[in-house]
Amino acid sequence: MQLRSENLTCERGGRTVFAGVNFTVDSGAALVVTGRNGAGKSTLLRVLAGLLRIASGRLELTGGANEATLPEQAHYLGHLDAVKPSLSVRENLTFWASYLGAPHGAPMDPALDAVGLGHLADLPAAYLSAGQKRRLSIARLVAVKRPVWLLDEPTSALDSQSQDRLAALMADHRATGGMIVAAAHGPIGLESFSELKMGQS
Amino acid sequence: MTAFLALLTRDMRLAVRVGGGALIGALFYLIVVVMMPFAIGPDLNLLGRIGPAILWLGALLASLLALDRLFATDNDDGSLDLLMMSAMPLELAVVAKGIAHWLTTALPLIVITPVLGLMLNVDLPAMGWVALTLLAGTPALTFIGLIGAALSVALRRGGLLLAILVLPLTIPVLIFGVSAANAAIVGPAPFGPPFTILCALSLASLVLGPFAAAAVLRQGQE
Amino acid sequence: MAVIDLANPTLFLRLVNRVLPWLTAATVLVFAYGLYRVAGSPDDYQQGATVKIMYLHVPAAWLGMMGWGLMTVAAFGTLVWRHPLADVAGRAAAPIGAAFTLICLITGSLWGRPTWGTYWVWDARLTSVLVLFLLYLGMLALYWTAEDPNRGSRAAAILALVGAVNIPIIKFSVDWWNTLHQPASILRMGGSAIAPSILWPLLIMAVAFTLLFFTLHLAAMRNEILRRRVRSMRMMQAQEQAQDYVEARA
Repeated sequence: MQLRSENLTCERGGRTVFAGVNFTVDSGAALVVTGRNGAGKSTLLRVLAGLLRIASGRLELTGGANEATLPEQAHYLGHLDAVKPSLSVRENLTFWASYLGAPHGAPMDPALDAVGLGHLADLPAAYLSAGQKRRLSIARLVAVKRPVWLLDEPTSALDSQSQDRLAALMADHRATGGMIVAAAHGPIGLESFSELKMGQS
Repeated sequence: MTAFLALLTRDMRLAVRVGGGALIGALFYLIVVVMMPFAIGPDLNLLGRIGPAILWLGALLASLLALDRLFATDNDDGSLDLLMMSAMPLELAVVAKGIAHWLTTALPLIVITPVLGLMLNVDLPAMGWVALTLLAGTPALTFIGLIGAALSVALRRGGLLLAILVLPLTIPVLIFGVSAANAAIVGPAPFGPPFTILCALSLASLVLGPFAAAAVLRQGQE
Repeated sequence: MAVIDLANPTLFLRLVNRVLPWLTAATVLVFAYGLYRVAGSPDDYQQGATVKIMYLHVPAAWLGMMGWGLMTVAAFGTLVWRHPLADVAGRAAAPIGAAFTLICLITGSLWGRPTWGTYWVWDARLTSVLVLFLLYLGMLALYWTAEDPNRGSRAAAILALVGAVNIPIIKFSVDWWNTLHQPASILRMGGSAIAPSILWPLLIMAVAFTLLFFTLHLAAMRNEILRRRVRSMRMMQAQEQAQDYVEARA
């Protein structure tokens, strides 16, 4: 399985955000996107998630499930957590799991335990702190199996304990052939990775 | 199908839990209808004659104003991004949200309509006809309104803008809804033709609305 | 027990738990006696037995208005003295006041059916009660919408005060509106001179309704205090979890 980008260009509001971006990510590999503020890191991830249109260039995921598009095989962890305060922690996760295609009736507790929210499963999400909401958002990546993880500053709002947990989850994901593309300013706990510097080409 | 039902139940759950969201629409309807006699006067004969029109107008305003935040809340907390990343097409997601909205907003309106009818001196059999026309016509209001709700996300402006964009589009629904109700109550025109057209409008907007709304939402992410 | 002690929700809860059974018993007894007296009261020579709806309708109207009065006092308590129980009292009064107002509207329209020949007439009094009911609904909507009870309470207190100032103005305008359209053709409930055979059952029913109101109000205040405790315990639960991590890591 391979994610490949050739000469990827994105324009927003008539301005070219980035142009000529080339990279390949293989099964089990990780790509960290770096660069100054405004270099287009977040934009690149949103393009990969299918949320922004490509102006020119090619983007393809080969060797995956047939007929599924890249966005359908990718998890996107953006700046916003997509957590509804009036639903309980479990209801939030169950909804995204069944919406994003987890098998029907799959238990949510393993995913909640993996991010350390098992004890709070029945609490309304309104009571969660920013870091806990972030972790609930991460639980989605565990609950639904998708090969590509697109992580935008995944460690923001996380304490060091939770960063360790995330690092372990990312390692597991890669060990089972998953790919990671992450935008980051500092280290996010990836063992080995290639780097894509934005804003230089 | 799992994804469709999951979104439908989530939206209904949110509508019921967040600030009695579902009831606010019905409350607005009640207040709009109660305000009318203050402007028109308490003459029961007059109110009875124009009652169906008042009820329709109230239902129209209530079901549209409640649509304002339908996609905006999902956009604000990042849910909208994820809604676009499912194997289920966004159009179907929009349909699921529309149905949930209709069930939690329009249906309570129709349920309290008979009570309001009593206050406007519309008698019970006539009330049944008005409720029936609302049942047939409000899906059109909701699904046309979805387009406006999507536009208010794309333009990052909600509230009155939505009403300005959508109200003109709902004129046919109002015309055929009120004429069907009046035909059933006082005649002499037959009930069938306007009612069938009303149903046709609902079915057509059930198809058109989601496609247009999904297209607007995709555009809005740019 | 001093007033200061009552400010403490725990002491207040203990007091409520002691008083509530007695209050409930008193409510039931007075209601039973009141209904017995109502059954024995004479029918109206024009309206027949329907006049007895008045024994529910009039007390419900009084208490609907008293509910807003209570909310107004509670609003002062919240805004001026920042008394912790004032907010709870105001919040607990809103749904009960709304319920009594609704009873007043329903009994009014049931009385109207045989009397006026229709369930609803835009009579000045009924319409004023309807507007009061709408104000109550707005108040409830405000409580529902505010997720944080502390933020919602001050907004609700301001709305209660604005409502209290506005209710007489609304009443005046509705009277004016009504007489403008329907010059003096309105049937009135009761009369200027009320016979003792009607007055006594009515007063007893009013006492029974008042007792019922305060029984419900105290129970609702207790529930509201407990609901807030559940909320803060949940918040603590979410925080303790976070601390467990720090400790587990250390």
